[in-house]
Order: sequence, then structure tokens, then C-alpha cells
Amino acid sequence: MGKISLKQVVKKFGEVEVIPPLDLEIEDGEFVVFVGPSGCGKSTLLRLIAGLEDVSDGRIEIDGKDATDLAPAERRLAMVFQSYALYPHMTVRKNIAFPLKMAGVDHAEQERRIASAAKALNLTDYLDRRPGQLSGGQRQRVAIGRAIVREPAAFLFDEPLSNLDAALRVGMRLEITELHHRLATTMIYVTHDQVEAMTMADKIVVLRAGVVEQVGSPLELYRTPQNLFVAGFIGSPKMNFVTGKDAAAHDAHTIGVRPEHVKLSKDTGHWAGTVGVSEHLGSDTFVHVETEGGLGLMTVRVDGEMDVHHGDRVFLTPEEDKIHRFDEKGQRL
Amino acid sequence: MATQHSRAAARLMISPAVILLFLWMAVPLGMTIYFSFLNYNLLIPSAHNFIGLQNYDFFVTDPAFVTALVNTLVLVLGVLVITTVGGVLMALLLDRPMWGQGIVRILVIAPFFVMPTVSALVWKNMFMNPVNGIFAWVFHLLGIQPFDFLAQAPLFSIIMIVSWEWLPFAALILLTALQSLDSEQIEAAEMDGASAFSRFIYITVPHLTRSITVVILIQTIFLLSIFAEIYVTTNGGPGNASTNIPFMIYSQSLLQFDVGGGSAGGIIAVILANIVAIFLMRMIGKNLEA
Amino acid sequence: MARRVTTRAKLTNTIIAWFVGLTIFFPILWTFLTSFKTEGDAVAIPPKFLDFHWTLENYIQVNDRSDYLLHFWNSVVISVGSTLIGLAIAIPAAWAMAFVPGKRTKDVLMWMLSTKMMPAVGVLVPIYLMFKNTGLLDTRIGLVIILTLIDLPIIVWMLFTYFKEIPGEILEAARMDGATLRSEILYVLTPMAIPGIASTFLLNVILAWNEAFWTLLLTAANAAPLTAFIASFSAPEGLFYAKLSAASTMAIAPILILGWFSQKQLVRGLTFGAVK
Repeated sequence: MGKISLKQVVKKFGEVEVIPPLDLEIEDGEFVVFVGPSGCGKSTLLRLIAGLEDVSDGRIEIDGKDATDLAPAERRLAMVFQSYALYPHMTVRKNIAFPLKMAGVDHAEQERRIASAAKALNLTDYLDRRPGQLSGGQRQRVAIGRAIVREPAAFLFDEPLSNLDAALRVGMRLEITELHHRLATTMIYVTHDQVEAMTMADKIVVLRAGVVEQVGSPLELYRTPQNLFVAGFIGSPKMNFVTGKDAAAHDAHTIGVRPEHVKLSKDTGHWAGTVGVSEHLGSDTFVHVETEGGLGLMTVRVDGEMDVHHGDRVFLTPEEDKIHRFDEKGQRL
Repeated sequence: MATQHSRAAARLMISPAVILLFLWMAVPLGMTIYFSFLNYNLLIPSAHNFIGLQNYDFFVTDPAFVTALVNTLVLVLGVLVITTVGGVLMALLLDRPMWGQGIVRILVIAPFFVMPTVSALVWKNMFMNPVNGIFAWVFHLLGIQPFDFLAQAPLFSIIMIVSWEWLPFAALILLTALQSLDSEQIEAAEMDGASAFSRFIYITVPHLTRSITVVILIQTIFLLSIFAEIYVTTNGGPGNASTNIPFMIYSQSLLQFDVGGGSAGGIIAVILANIVAIFLMRMIGKNLEA
Repeated sequence: MARRVTTRAKLTNTIIAWFVGLTIFFPILWTFLTSFKTEGDAVAIPPKFLDFHWTLENYIQVNDRSDYLLHFWNSVVISVGSTLIGLAIAIPAAWAMAFVPGKRTKDVLMWMLSTKMMPAVGVLVPIYLMFKNTGLLDTRIGLVIILTLIDLPIIVWMLFTYFKEIPGEILEAARMDGATLRSEILYVLTPMAIPGIASTFLLNVILAWNEAFWTLLLTAANAAPLTAFIASFSAPEGLFYAKLSAASTMAIAPILILGWFSQKQLVRGLTFGAVK
């Protein structure tokens, strides 16, 4: 079981309130991602749940029981750190065994659990090595192994993939998601990378300056961002925003349209512009267009290969039903 | 970055060290200050009356005080000049490619590990002795009159001995600093067209400045309280030609049993050291933030 | 980055550096050689470098003086004892400052350093009188107490700089893994910090072994360590070069060997982490 509730949780460092009163429900078995730009308080929030920091006010409940004043060790949570935080003086086996040893699990049971974790994570051949002899991805697996042997109520991940190179990151992303499906244990995952959030989460919590901007499934956030911040943060490339008379025509202060919802034509369209850089990815082409009439730079996503060149004059047309409308305060209309 | 619980544990674990050092600072120093206002001589056990600043007046107006103060400054400055200049040269030399670098480094650092009484006695007897010393023999070979170093130039001789002890320290620290210089920086400067000389002036020297300052400050702290070398070689003499402030305080309080006067001298020494300490602490404090 | 260096330049460097190195080392080498000479050879002019009658007589005589071993043992007890007690007090303090830093941690560290700046002569009189009145004068315990106190700031500082290099996340991981504070320090921090603790131990034994203010002024026949024992050779009646050399060689050899192992730590320790 791993249902976690935050009730009016506040965190202050001295006089600075990094997390204003915050409520959040995390259901058992859910994969929740905290996402936001650096300094938004997402790691602090995770550390509050872990018990590595005290809350300044409010309550944290785990499975309905008050855990606010429990030490980290007593919360039955396991954490995977950004730096992996492996014990460098212990072998992989001892690293994975450490939480079991601390919990006083008997030796045979320790061996059994280590063996099964090692098998699941492809670490069987490395059990007698030290962390220093492993690659980044292997260290990451050891850190995960150390977390799963405890059979915790929930897993906490603090930007676990940010030290890996791009190719490994994609692989580990799949492994962690797969692990979640297999264990069906609550996971809370912190990242600044919206792609990780979109691909892994059941539920995304978008944070900015300690405030929850929106909570929802990846597609909810994609389809109906509640404000300009979420709209701009979720989705890649970023949503295009237009103010002024085009927005006024939609009874809004700002309108937003995603690059994939803009049609590009060489002959005719709603906005005219000049092609700047086009990024050819093969499967898609991102065309950056400097529009006329002061609308600024717009990004368009075109399927497949597109034959446009720097300096070409093109025309853009947004899909009417995919336009997002926001008021002066940036809230969705 | 911590919880109430760990903060409480931290306070508990830090307190023995803090309490001990606080007592060590406060109690004896307080007593020294107290004694310095008393007419207190161990030979006259009865009278401990309060005499205000008389001890200070007596200590400072003693002609020996001026000599001791000058000797202290000459000793500190002399050793500093020799060891920092020598240390920089030595560091530059040792940083160059050569065979047996590790062994040379070991040879150079060795004097630092020799206890002060041993180095002072070895120099005094086996090198500076006007009859049997190596220097006397070398002078003889060169046809120069033998020279009684410790009698004719006592302070200079002590400066030589102390410099021999501290040169390795300066050299080792500056060498470490030199080796920590990012080679990419030098290469970048080379790509920018800087000559070897400009690279030294604009990159190596600024990089070393901080370490040189640290060397100077730390040595000053130790050099201000040089004692053993004087104690076993000249005993402050001849006359008081090689008496520095610590030695003067020692002789005032433990040889002449003048507790009050010695205490006043002690406070003066503390004030002198504090002036240096303030600069040193600023340096290290800055480093702590980095 | 490897650069091509001409053999000739390298040869020049080597010759100059070895010459300078040997010159600086010469007094130690000379002491070592003299310790194997007869007293007659030791004062011979011109000096005899290698062509003298080699003898172990001086070592035997110095060791036969019943008190030599006592002084050697005093040095061991005082330097190792004060360092161990210092470590026992400093490890928890450094743990607290490195891993649970508070607003005043920096001030505490700087204040500890400032105690080290206080010149010994400033407190000579009260310490001497206190020791005299409490019977601590010329006792090993007395010296251990004093040396523990004067070395404590350096020990705390050195440990602090080593602990600082251990990522706090590892200790947090231990906490998440269910370790108590005791297990955290015992199973995670200490094994990781062993190299740092060992260096600190080594450097402080060296410093305490060579301390020559308090050891000279607070001891007489009983508790005198080697620093004070050697100082007694300064009296004219003790002037036997070969025996002085033998006693000196024995006094400095162990520390010289330890010292060569701790060169790197020495820099860090003596500059309070300002130069690494």
C-alpha cells in the first residue's frame, strides 16, 4: 500500500517560503511525476515526503497514518538519488543488502531478495564489483535494486536520469516504467524534463515557485493546459503564443497553438512569414518562421521531410479547433 | 538541509569540542590578563596587590623589549623573505620535467619533519661551530677566517636555521598550488599567442598569489612564537641579541619568576598575533565560501 | 598534456634539482653519517664523509642510557595519545559541521581556528602555575591534555575538509535505507572517511611529536619526550657529536618516514584546506 496525502504542507527556509500551503493526493500504485523548471521546489517537495526535511507546517499522511514527524527510516519509502548515492566502499551485493541489514532481515531472505532484484535488473554478473567499476547505467540499476529489495510503500526518484547520456536515458526511462507496471507500487518521480514526465507519468504535477500549477494525466495537460505556464511547459517544441488582434478575434488576451497544429503552405494561409532555421529530424521537420506583422517567431511541425529553405516565404494557418485561449492573467478561458 | 532531529544531534556532537576549546581560550587567557595587573612574583609569595598597568609600563619601557620586538620582526621577516622567494623558485624547479622528481621532492620536504631541537642542535654543533663545524672547514678551504656564527651573528644564524626548517613547507605548498593550475588555461593562453614569459606573469603568478599569501600568513603565526631554536642555541644571547618576544616572556616569568611582568608580555604577544590572525582568518574564511 | 621535452633540458633540470635537493637534505644525511662515527671521527677536520670507521657504538650507548627508551616512549604516548583523544572529540564535531551545517557553522569553524592563533606564550604563566599547583608538571597526562587542546582545531578542520568531500546524498540514502544515526556513522561515514581520518591522524602525530614549546617548558626528567631529551644535549657537558647524531637519528627517523607518506595531507592540513 502506498497512498500519500499532503495536507496544507508548507516549507520555509528561514523567512523564505519555498512551498506555500499545498494539498496533494497520491493514490496507491500511481506513477506521479513532479515536473517544473529548476528551483520550482519539486526536489524539496520530494525531500519533505522522504522525511529528509521537516515540514514547516501541515501534515503528511502515508496510508492514512500521520507520518509528519516520522524519521525517514520509519516511513517505508525508498529513494533513488540523482547522484545514485551508492556506498562506494561496499560491493554491489552489499549495497543492495544494506537496507535489509538495517531492517534486520535474516540472511537467507536477504540472499533471496538480492538474487531476485539482481536478476530483474541484469546485475547478477556485477554483484561482487564495487560502484566505481560500473558504468552510469549500471550504477543507476544498483540504486534501483537497493530501493526495490525493501519492498517499500512507495519509491521516490530524484531526477534519476539526469546524469546519464541521452541514449541510456531513453532505455532507463522504459525500464523504470516497466518496473512500475510489474511492481504496481506508488512511484513519485521528480524531473525537469517534460518528455520524461509525459512518457512515464500516470499523473503529472506541474510546479512553479512551489505552487502546483496543474495536476492531471499527461494528455489532460497536453489538451487542456490550465494556464500559460503549463501550456508553455508541456509539449515540445513549445506552444506558439499570439497576442493582439488575432487573440482579440478569439475573445482572448492570448491565444496559443501548438507547432503540430499549424499548417504550413507555400501559397496561402492566415499568417505570412519568412523561413529561418528548419530542423530536419527525418520523421518530422521543425520550421521556425519569422512572421510578418509583429507576431514574432513561430514554430511549425511538419510530418516527414519538407523541402523549405532559409529565406523562403511561407504561409501559416492554425487549426481553429486546437487553439487555446487565455485571459490577461494567463488563465485558460 | 536537515531535520530538527539531525540538528539536535549535531548540536550535541559539536558541544564537547566547543566547550573544551572555549575553556582553553577563556580560562588561561583570563588568568593571564588578571595576573598582568598584579604585582605577582613567585619569589615574593605574599603580595599579589593590584598595580594597574605598571607591568605593561615596565615591560614595554624595558630597553630589552624594544630589542626583542625588533628581533622578532627581523626574525619573522627574514625567514619569510627567504622561504617565500626560495619556495617559489623551488616549486618552479620541481614542477619541471626531470628524472627522479619524487625522490627530489622527498629530499626537499625532509627538514620540515625534523624536530626543532634536533635541527637547532645539528646546525649549532655540526655546521656553525667555529672549530669543528663544516662551515669552519669550508671557510678554511677558502682561506677565510673562521666565523663564530652564533656568537657574532646570532640572529642571522637563527634565521638560517629556521629558514631551513620552513623552506620545505613553502616549497611543498607552492608546488601543490602550481600543479593544481589547470593546464587548459595555459594552453588557452598559448593559443591566444602569449609568450612563455607573459604566461608566467599573467597566469601562473596570479594563480600562486593566493597560496603565497596563505604561506606567509601561516608561517607568520608560527614564526611569531619561535622558541625552541633560540632555547637550545643561543639562549637569547649574547646579551639579548637573539631574544625575541616569546623568549623574553619565558625568561621574565620562568627564569625571573615575575608572573605579573611575564603575563603583561604574554598579552602583548597575543595582541601582536591577533593582528596577523585577522588577515589570515579573512583569507581562509573567503575560501570556505568558495 | 604531454609535451615533448628535449633530453638536454630534462637533464639540466635533473642536475639542478638534485643538487638543490641534496643540499637541503645534507644536514640530515650528515647527522645520519655522523651517528656511525667514533667521537674522534665526528669532529675530524677535514670532515670524513664515508672513509671513517663505521660503528654502532653510539646507538648502543644512547640506548644503554637507561632513560632513552623512556623518552622515546614518552614521545609515542604523548603524540599518539593526544591525537587519538583529539580525534574522538573531533569526529562527531566535524560530522555535525559537514553534514548538518547551520547558520553559525562557519563562525564556529573560524572561531576554532582563532584559538590556534593564540600564541602559547600568552598563556604560559597560568598554565605553568596551574600545572604546578595540580601536580601535572612533568607528567605525560599533563602534556597529552595540552597537546590535545592545541591540536584540536587542526584535527577538526582537517576532518571537516575531508568529510565535506563525502556527498551528503550518500548519508541521506543510508537514512532512507533505514539506518539509525549510529549505523549511518558506523557503516557508511566512517568507512568512507577512513583515508581522511588516517591522514589526519598521521599529520597530527607528526605535529605533536615535534612540538617544542610546551614539551620543553612543562617537563623535566620524567615526562620529557624526545624534543626535550635532545635539548639536554645543548649543555656543554653533553657535547658528543656522534651520540647527539645517533639520538637525533632515532628521534627523527620514524617521523621522517611517516612524513614522507603524508606529504599531500600535510599541505591540506597545515593550510586548513585553503590549498589542496
